[in-house]
Amino acid sequence: MGVPPVTVEVVEREFGELALNMGPQHPSTHGVLRLVLHLSGETVVRAKPSIGYLHRGVEKLSEHLAYDQLAPVYERNDYLSPTANSLAYCLAVERLASIEVPRRGRFMRAFVAEWQRIASHLVWLGTLGLDLGGALGGGTTLYMYCFREREKILDFLEALTGTRFHTNVNMIGGCRYDLDAATAAWSERLAAAVEAALPELHAMSGDTPIFRERTRGVGVIPPDLALAVGVTGPTLRGSGIAHDVRKDAPYDAYGELPLSVPSRSAGDAEARFQVRIEEIRASLSLVRAIVAGLPAGPIFSRKPIKNPKATKVPAGEVYAAVESPRGELGMHLVSEGGPKPYRLKIRAPSFCNLQVVEYLLPGGLVADVVAILGSLDPVMGDVDR
Amino acid sequence: MPAPEVVAALATRFAAAPFPLGVSVARESLVEAARVLRDHHGYRYYLLGTATERADAIEVLHAVRHPATLDTLFLKTALPKDDPTVDSLVLVWSGADWNEREIYDLFGVRFRGHPDLRRILLPDEYEGHPLRKDFPMDAPWGFRP
Repeated sequence: MGVPPVTVEVVEREFGELALNMGPQHPSTHGVLRLVLHLSGETVVRAKPSIGYLHRGVEKLSEHLAYDQLAPVYERNDYLSPTANSLAYCLAVERLASIEVPRRGRFMRAFVAEWQRIASHLVWLGTLGLDLGGALGGGTTLYMYCFREREKILDFLEALTGTRFHTNVNMIGGCRYDLDAATAAWSERLAAAVEAALPELHAMSGDTPIFRERTRGVGVIPPDLALAVGVTGPTLRGSGIAHDVRKDAPYDAYGELPLSVPSRSAGDAEARFQVRIEEIRASLSLVRAIVAGLPAGPIFSRKPIKNPKATKVPAGEVYAAVESPRGELGMHLVSEGGPKPYRLKIRAPSFCNLQVVEYLLPGGLVADVVAILGSLDPVMGDVDR
Repeated sequence: MPAPEVVAALATRFAAAPFPLGVSVARESLVEAARVLRDHHGYRYYLLGTATERADAIEVLHAVRHPATLDTLFLKTALPKDDPTVDSLVLVWSGADWNEREIYDLFGVRFRGHPDLRRILLPDEYEGHPLRKDFPMDAPWGFRP
């Protein structure tokens, strides 16, 4: 008694183009980004990002609050590097109103900004490992290791400012919290600890063949495209253009600090990864240089603010930019002389960087979408404002 | 501060009025000025697009940068409030795409020749343009400062 052979006929059908919504609730879109992907098989033919799910109308709100009330509001924009937002705002107001910032205050602002840059890059690395998935030590391993280091930084910022996250350290005319000997020593220990952990993190990401396979040659941004679209930050420096606001238009203490600007010419996801890893090291040497060279003196140049609505800024318009972990974060402030901004435009680095996915995704696989998005490091709070 | 020689060149060629951040051109010559700025002066790096509503006009601003000298220049155009229409710069700098959509969304400025002029931050069925000064802030869902 033999079993009759079963023949299975495999039919491959051409379905044409399939439109697939990726997000807004998708773990690898880093927030509420929705991508409308047009797929042919597993290849992306066309990609349309749809944003705005996190729009909070910050720019309209700016026109209704007084100057001294606004800095904490902007810290909620790019919530992975809150200091950069309020710093750009404070710089814009200070330039328009000709307010001096004491030298120690300038150093302290840069100090907190650099620690937050390291923390932000650690979140980026951890979530990139999460996106690239199970291959990297079981998916969550790299993520957990990165967050362990980031946790130490947040603990330190809590000791320094009282807040772990939205440190609210910048004020128009200076900064709010000062560094004492004990926290300075803590900063040194912390820098050593984070530096010691970096080879371990790199061993779990950049050193593994699977990571290289998934990032090398993926999502290549040619320099011309990067410039025309207005890509900034590590994403631009991964495309071979070593432009950094801290170096090219120094603000705060950066003109006096030894700053190295890492860049790569490949323009792919791996290049962006390498640039950010080197930026962590560069920021560590910056915080060390700041602690070593912190000048004595006051940190705030104005009188204590009793009535925030009393601050007036002369009429005019100004553009001030800082280098946030994601790129150039600029504020275009228009004043007509009152106690509130007449108009404030936030040039959000994530918004401008995200535009480039329309050019990057077509031709790649769905799996590359995740790697490309992760390597661009968009923060949706920054995109949607 | 934008490079004085570029500002002077644009001022003579397009009868543009300099202002502290750049030059202000008439809306008819905006695209031409943008092309000259990109091809002749080398401002290939698109930075941002924004708008400001003044008492009598809506100003649309595009900020561009020279990739080598890193000089930043703002190109401003004033539009009448009853006809806020201007040519799109997407074909000059592709980065203008989302920035112009945002200006359209929040200010109601129409960009002629834009390939995909839809709302970007607000829902498609939203009514009004919230960054206009006459946008009602006392709506039931609104906030009271």
